[in-house]
Amino acid sequence: MLGIGQSRLTVLNPTFSLPPRPTQPADRILIVAPLSAFYRSSIGKKFVVAVTGVILIGFVVGHLLGNLQIFFGPEYINSYAEKLRSLGVLLWVIRAFLLVTVVLHIYFTIRLAIDNRRARPTAYAKKDHVKATFASRSMTLSGLIVLAFIVYHLAHFTVRVADPRFALLKADPLNRYDVYSMMVYGFQNALVSAFYVIAMFLLTLHLSHGASSFFQSLGLNDKKMTPRLARGARVFAWLIFAGYTSIPVAVLLGLVRPAQQL
Amino acid sequence: MNFKLRVWRQEASEAKGRLVNYYATDVSPHTSFLEMLDIVNERLVEKGEDPIAFESDCREGICGTCSLTINGEAHGPDHPGAACQLYMRRFKDGATITVEPFRARPFRLVRDLVVSRSALDRIVQAGGFVSARSGSAPEANSIPVPKHDADLAMEAAACIGCGACAAACPNASAMLFTSAKVSHLALLPQGNAERTARVLRMVGQMDAEGFGNCTNTYECEAVCPAEISASFIAKLNREYALATLRKKSGM
Repeated sequence: MLGIGQSRLTVLNPTFSLPPRPTQPADRILIVAPLSAFYRSSIGKKFVVAVTGVILIGFVVGHLLGNLQIFFGPEYINSYAEKLRSLGVLLWVIRAFLLVTVVLHIYFTIRLAIDNRRARPTAYAKKDHVKATFASRSMTLSGLIVLAFIVYHLAHFTVRVADPRFALLKADPLNRYDVYSMMVYGFQNALVSAFYVIAMFLLTLHLSHGASSFFQSLGLNDKKMTPRLARGARVFAWLIFAGYTSIPVAVLLGLVRPAQQL
Repeated sequence: MNFKLRVWRQEASEAKGRLVNYYATDVSPHTSFLEMLDIVNERLVEKGEDPIAFESDCREGICGTCSLTINGEAHGPDHPGAACQLYMRRFKDGATITVEPFRARPFRLVRDLVVSRSALDRIVQAGGFVSARSGSAPEANSIPVPKHDADLAMEAAACIGCGACAAACPNASAMLFTSAKVSHLALLPQGNAERTARVLRMVGQMDAEGFGNCTNTYECEAVCPAEISASFIAKLNREYALATLRKKSGM
């Protein structure tokens, strides 16, 4: 029986060994349509991850700005939520678009990660990193934990199946869903808040690399810009962390109280 | 000075390798790392043991032949510089030093610390050249090259093709190497005619060899003995995307 990567020659003459052949001849890549070749190439896959990443960064910023309205009181955030819901079909189009974006971001990242594992079959006994940051080396892990958080977050505040108390919430005086009180009751649970803060820390870690890395993947930076963008991304990521965690922290400190009693 | 070495020993490509301990005793602090290995090997030969196989050629940091991962860093702790430019005074007396080959799937291990870096040659063969005969040195001003472009092309051309970038990369990606080779020709008028085909072919070959994908950790530029900047990778990404569009639109 011939094993994988073993030629008949090797079996006949055990002292003769051939170098392992490249898995895919390079010419095959050029025969097929160039654009599909693009998405199968290492650079093309990175492009997809970068572009979807930028869209998701846009969502993270927009979502934060929407949520911070909790500090202006129930009037603001409840009417904001009502406006989002009144978008109707458009809201579902946006949701579908975000879902496709997330799926593409993860699908291409996993394909890249699998290639990367295969590219070094024998690990170093000792490996030091001179420049690669912890954040840049743990993008897959931080990303997957953030994904788990997104699933919980949707169950918690969008589908509202994680907290039975939300069913007791009454409409606000203007007969809108009382998002304000829902958020306050949701974050009054210290364990839930702790999970949110941990997830936001991992998102920060993810963004501190991702928010500058996409410039490189899309070929938009140069030698001068790279360190500036890296600093900018770290500042941006920590601003996102401060913004998002300010909400559960304010609730736990009693600075934001529910607008209605259950 | 005295050192304890943990050296990767492997009979052949398919053999199982392991780290073996050796002791380098009475080594002068001014000995280079490779000379220290020579001393260890001489003593091994005297004892009738197999010497440690490792590669070197110029031993003055310009050829890119030496290829050692020393204490987990490609070319050792003295950056920028090739392993041959590393001296034992850089280490503490009595230190334990781990010596491994450059590890990446396309770098087939030949023996001990020697790996085949033909994969890099095949990437260059795929397009890292100018087909037209360039002739003897032309009159300097006959083809005007902006100073900025000339400097940048020279920076990229400094790549000695040692493979430390791929060895140090957490993903074993050869993007820094490929980007230097693509950029150096793309920046000059002589390389412009084949710009589109070159980048598509070279990246195609790089992927086909089984190198990993760049995740922008910039570990490569930190270990590069020729100080090639990772910003050339951004240029490669740009070149590749534009080449795809040009090919798609039939230009």
